[in-house]
Amino acid sequence: METSVSKLNKFIYTWLILFLVWLGFTTTFAFAEVVTGILLSFTVSIFSFKSFTHAGLKSLSPKRILYMVQYFFVFMLALIKANFDVAKIVINPKLPINPGIVEFESKLTSPFAKMLLANSITLTPGTLTVDIIDNKFFIHWLYVTGTDEETTYREIAKQFEDILIKIYN
Amino acid sequence: MQILNYIGYFLVSIGAAFFFLGGLGILRMPDLYTRLQAGTKASTLGAMSTILGIGFMQPEWMIKTIIIVIFIAIANPLSSHALARGSHKAHQLPYLKDEKVGDAYEEEVENLQKNQKEEDK
Repeated sequence: METSVSKLNKFIYTWLILFLVWLGFTTTFAFAEVVTGILLSFTVSIFSFKSFTHAGLKSLSPKRILYMVQYFFVFMLALIKANFDVAKIVINPKLPINPGIVEFESKLTSPFAKMLLANSITLTPGTLTVDIIDNKFFIHWLYVTGTDEETTYREIAKQFEDILIKIYN
Repeated sequence: MQILNYIGYFLVSIGAAFFFLGGLGILRMPDLYTRLQAGTKASTLGAMSTILGIGFMQPEWMIKTIIIVIFIAIANPLSSHALARGSHKAHQLPYLKDEKVGDAYEEEVENLQKNQKEEDK
């Protein structure tokens, strides 16, 4: 699916994103700044467009952006909740931890989606992705509540994967 | 504008509190992996809300701070993942408390190595 995206498409997407980042950093629309930004992002995207993106301009379709916004809110909620959970464990004098490495199988096919899922799991405190072998995720879990795959999948990955499947599968 | 300042102070205080808890966690946890957990915690919510708080205090920096927060969200899990995987490859086994809870990754790696050896024969 990724091979069908043309080079021009990828190049324009890279250029656009880099230029938006430039605008974000300079936060001005002065003529000289904007022209410098266009030239600089053009030069950088010549070298980087091949590895910068797989899907190209398709990533900016409204459906994907809406799902990404939803993903962002789900992720922020999980992040804050998990932060307080781990904070409670650290403050508790008994240090109630039950660590271990568990595994679950993911249904995602795209490498980029797997990367997003692994990063989200790591960013959520209490869980840490150790490795991915094919479709199996190996997670170091601070407070293991069950070692069978169904429990770990439900507790760790389901809320993220439900949205990622809609975007990338 | 005053209210933005207060939101900023609030966010920076929350960030400082989580940095403190992260440091405390690194001191209290028993082994490398659990310490990494405490470390990622400190630099996710701690760093994010500190930087965003500064963005609220200086509204013209807001977009820059958001870009920095996105960068942290991309770079931070990569480093902790690399540390965890690297130390497991160096046979740093995790601390286990409950006998029922094992190390699934170790088993998988051993299985793969066994299969590899059989194929070689």
